[in-house]
Amino acid sequence: MSNNPVRVHAVAEGVGVAGAMKAVFMRDMKVAFRQRQDLLNPLLFFVMVVTLFPLGVSPEVSFLREAGAGILWVAALLSVLLSLDHLFRHDFDDGTLEQLVLQPQPLFLLVLAKTLAHWMLTGLPLVILTPVLGIMVHLPGNSIGILCLTLLIGTPVLSLIGSIGAALTLGLRSAGVLLSLLIIPLYIPVLIFGTGTVAAVSEGAPVGAYLALMGAFLVLALTLAPFASASALKISMSNS
Amino acid sequence: MSEPLLQAVNLQCERDERILFRDLSFSVLPGTVTRVEGPNGSGKTTLLRILAGLNDAWSGDLYWCGEPRAGQRESFLRNMLYLGHRPGIKPLLTPMENLRALMAGRRPVSDEVLSRALEGTGLAGYQKVPCRNLSAGQQRRVALARLLIADEPLWLLDEVFTAIDADGVRAIEALLQQRAEEGGAVVVTTHHDLKLPGMQRIVLGGGQSDEQ
Amino acid sequence: MWQLFHKLGSPKWFYGIATRLMPWLLVGGALLLLAGIVWGLAFAPKDYLQGNSYRIIFIHVPTAFLAQSVYIMMAVAAVVTLVWRMKLADVFVKAVAPVGLVLTFLALFTGAVWGKPTWGTWWIWDARLTSMLILLFLYGGVIALDRAINDEKSAARAVAVLVLVGVVNIPIIKYSVEWWNTLHQPATFKLTEKPSMPAEMWVPLLLSVLGLYLIFGWLACLRMQTEIIAREQRTRWVKDLVMAGRH
Repeated sequence: MSNNPVRVHAVAEGVGVAGAMKAVFMRDMKVAFRQRQDLLNPLLFFVMVVTLFPLGVSPEVSFLREAGAGILWVAALLSVLLSLDHLFRHDFDDGTLEQLVLQPQPLFLLVLAKTLAHWMLTGLPLVILTPVLGIMVHLPGNSIGILCLTLLIGTPVLSLIGSIGAALTLGLRSAGVLLSLLIIPLYIPVLIFGTGTVAAVSEGAPVGAYLALMGAFLVLALTLAPFASASALKISMSNS
Repeated sequence: MSEPLLQAVNLQCERDERILFRDLSFSVLPGTVTRVEGPNGSGKTTLLRILAGLNDAWSGDLYWCGEPRAGQRESFLRNMLYLGHRPGIKPLLTPMENLRALMAGRRPVSDEVLSRALEGTGLAGYQKVPCRNLSAGQQRRVALARLLIADEPLWLLDEVFTAIDADGVRAIEALLQQRAEEGGAVVVTTHHDLKLPGMQRIVLGGGQSDEQ
Repeated sequence: MWQLFHKLGSPKWFYGIATRLMPWLLVGGALLLLAGIVWGLAFAPKDYLQGNSYRIIFIHVPTAFLAQSVYIMMAVAAVVTLVWRMKLADVFVKAVAPVGLVLTFLALFTGAVWGKPTWGTWWIWDARLTSMLILLFLYGGVIALDRAINDEKSAARAVAVLVLVGVVNIPIIKYSVEWWNTLHQPATFKLTEKPSMPAEMWVPLLLSVLGLYLIFGWLACLRMQTEIIAREQRTRWVKDLVMAGRH
């Protein structure tokens, strides 16, 4: 089109990484909102898993009050796990992931933007839905508040750690099951502290230290997981 | 400028315990079109992915502008345009949105320029239609629109003529020719019988490869 | 220095060294293990609280100890795989991951057997046992991922990333499981941590730990040799080796 001589450009003659991250984030949000029914699926799954416990174990108030926080945490964990397979899969299939890897930007930051979008589309809605389910399992008000807070800190950790598994299993047969096998053991600390914090509240113990610890998990996951996912993505890309 | 943009020295790639190619050396100079040839399964796509930096299961040396490529990932990616088998188009987004997303991480381009590029590939009037309503050929044309606004000196194009009609093929051939004349470097794999004056060839297959 | 490093990475060189090393590892390991176990089972004094049932520690502790250190060794090898792409490192990871899994399983099994007379039940959600169970899951994941990826090089690097992610998590998992344990059941009786163990007990224990390490070394060499032969089957030296073996 232009008659300028073709030349090698410096990296600086491009887009800053913040702009690139925003574009990745916005694109994922836009794609998700074009297919709104898919957004509901993890939420429905969440509600259904919680429903299984009163039916399968006991509807007694005392049981539900004691086990409620654990049930909600496990259900949230499972529904995040279920949604992880889609994190890179569609992009991988249609080739947009290739183009993402080839952007002249640090890949781990682009992966971080994608993971953030994933959390906004799955983890955050779960947190918003939690008070309703908390009432259904007879959790007292202050427990529900703390439960929401632990999920708010914990679900991004689930998305971040999960992105590593999603990247490692990309393009493999039966990737979904394998992803769960790889990731569930890594979810255990978040689960323990998430439910433990709620238990501490119901016993009237101070929870500041536990919340700080969960915050530390989040910081650790934010700083390390995108690197691991980015290198896993490059490996999976190389294999296709 | 006659310094090679990309230089490969003794490339070797093994896949599933089979050696696809070994001792493969060549230079990609500005102002040239290079065609990678070979039968199915001879490693054409693999070679292109290695050159693009998507596949790193290879040994040998790759140089970008005379320096080892390994240390200059972002500088290389900034100046390289790769179009693969899979067009990199989201079916749920419109051609405009797709093109905008593809360019967003690379450099700022105005919507007007993007829209004109889509018109240039014969997609006038389709800018706002979701890509899943377009044909396979039209979807590829969305990806090809990037060639019309590219400022990258190196193009790596994998099976670029797939699903493109005869007029489209001629237009792409002309574009590649023009690009080489402007000083760009193009490496293509294709089953289409591409013949351009002064075209270089890299022949793969039969366990041995050579440059002509 | 670099030359030595390169040499260490050569499968052929390793094959030769391993062949010479293996008899020593096997004999030394077997002797130590035998001495430790016989001493521990037959001659060490009874525990004042648990009587004879504590004697399973002479098997339980070495397996549990080694099961954890094998994962650490794999993590070191994973770094080598990712940074220097040394072939031997990923051969090591691939060869020892199933060994680690079996060791973890043995530690869990002997823990359960020990639990029966001690707690009156096969399984208790004790912090140590639970951590071992999670370690078993981690080993399982590593092996499953390795099997799922066809391409050898990709498998090696993907597994290396997973092992490293796991090793960052292991201390966090251990800490959180211990905290969870105190939260739910104030431990009345802990499996290992003996307050003060007399020398008649810890010397045989030390012997069997060392013995098991050597046996592990032997097994690792053997499995690595097998893996190397499978990978390098087309090279000259492996063909020569196979031909020589026929005569």
